[in-house]
Amino acid sequence: MRSLFRYLIRNYGFFLFLFLEIIALFFVFSYNNYQKVKYLNSSQVITGSIYNSFNSVVSYFELARVNRELADENAKLRSRLQSDKQVTFTPEIIPPAFVPSDSTLFKFVSAKVINNSVNKPFNYITLNKGREDGIKPDQGIISASGIVGVVTNVSESYSMGLSVLNQRWGISAKLKKNGFLGSLLWDGGDYRFANLMEIPFHVGLRVGDTITTSGYSSIFPEGIMIGTIQAFDKPAGENYYNISVKLATNFKALSYVEVVENKNKEEIEGLGNIMQENEGGN
Amino acid sequence: MRGAIKYITMFISLVLIQVLVLNQIQVNGYINPYIYILFVMLLPLGSPRYVVLPLAFIIGLTVDVFSNSLGIHAAATTFIAYLRPLVNRSVSTHEEDRSDYPGMKYNGFRWFLYYTIIMVFLHHFVLFFLEIFTFTDFLHTFYKVVLSSVSSIFIIVLSQFIIFRD
Repeated sequence: MRSLFRYLIRNYGFFLFLFLEIIALFFVFSYNNYQKVKYLNSSQVITGSIYNSFNSVVSYFELARVNRELADENAKLRSRLQSDKQVTFTPEIIPPAFVPSDSTLFKFVSAKVINNSVNKPFNYITLNKGREDGIKPDQGIISASGIVGVVTNVSESYSMGLSVLNQRWGISAKLKKNGFLGSLLWDGGDYRFANLMEIPFHVGLRVGDTITTSGYSSIFPEGIMIGTIQAFDKPAGENYYNISVKLATNFKALSYVEVVENKNKEEIEGLGNIMQENEGGN
Repeated sequence: MRGAIKYITMFISLVLIQVLVLNQIQVNGYINPYIYILFVMLLPLGSPRYVVLPLAFIIGLTVDVFSNSLGIHAAATTFIAYLRPLVNRSVSTHEEDRSDYPGMKYNGFRWFLYYTIIMVFLHHFVLFFLEIFTFTDFLHTFYKVVLSSVSSIFIIVLSQFIIFRD
């Protein structure tokens, strides 16, 4: 027994090493289930405020581009107003950048991206708005040019989410011209491109066709821009196209985004739960 | 006491440089230099394992929390902290008059370069494979390891001319 203790004490370095590695690996594996690790991420007060204060300095360098984007968006919205004669020119009822078919369903909150990456297999974004601004997990994040991601963790005044450039997440997407559904996945390579899966061969495609959100998940409204088809081919022995989509959003230069709240989300999910309970009962 | 303050300053400044500057450099999805392992490399060579290993774990975990990659940096830094005495012995050819502080100023450029190359490569190898968590596309990930290692080695060696010299 004593020799066992002597052995343990003499090799304590190795056992300490094993102990710490096991903790680290435990974190790695449990983080795959990212909702569970609530406290060790960039939405927390310390990390969030460090990113925020640094960003408040750096963001001045982006102002020229941000202004240009805002001006473009304003021009787009104004031309939409002109074409729609029913809408009178009062600021309260200017529709958001994307007018979903039932626009009162969705509420938009603007937020600023204070941390972002594009070169990891799993990329995340941190926003400078949190629970006190009404942001909750599972709300969609969009920018003026297209979809950005989904909120996963929220603290009092910061939140973080998965960006489209995250292999742990797929988006329900559709072809704008004929409504065929597929799912959009990022393969971990180039941040400008993602892949659209599950579009069968009989659908006619052309390079440049628009891909938008399907509206079948309660995260995003229907018809939000995802990107355009860059290239496609028919792999031998399979039933589905291999489609490369050029993403509309430039993930390298994210600054201001909008968080989308679906007001009927709980009701929609409640229906799903009823279905599951019934299936369980049978 | 002075040593403790020096290492606390080093810890904070390296973590901030890492998460606020280097993690924001997004060169075509391949290169992400990691300077913060300089902290593990520069701990005094004589310091006991029960100090080096937990400190390495903590700095790795701190970087993890900032980059939402819980566990992978902690695992990689603990790994190199454990292998550090071995690496140190393998790059020191014979028992010369060597300083306890493994910086470049006291041990020479060549010694520090070899030390950095081995430590950075081991760290990046564990980090990138743990991050992607598969050996499929081994060469692609290995390519990323090599490219990022080169940039990290460059930045770490360069930093020894400017900060934390002694």
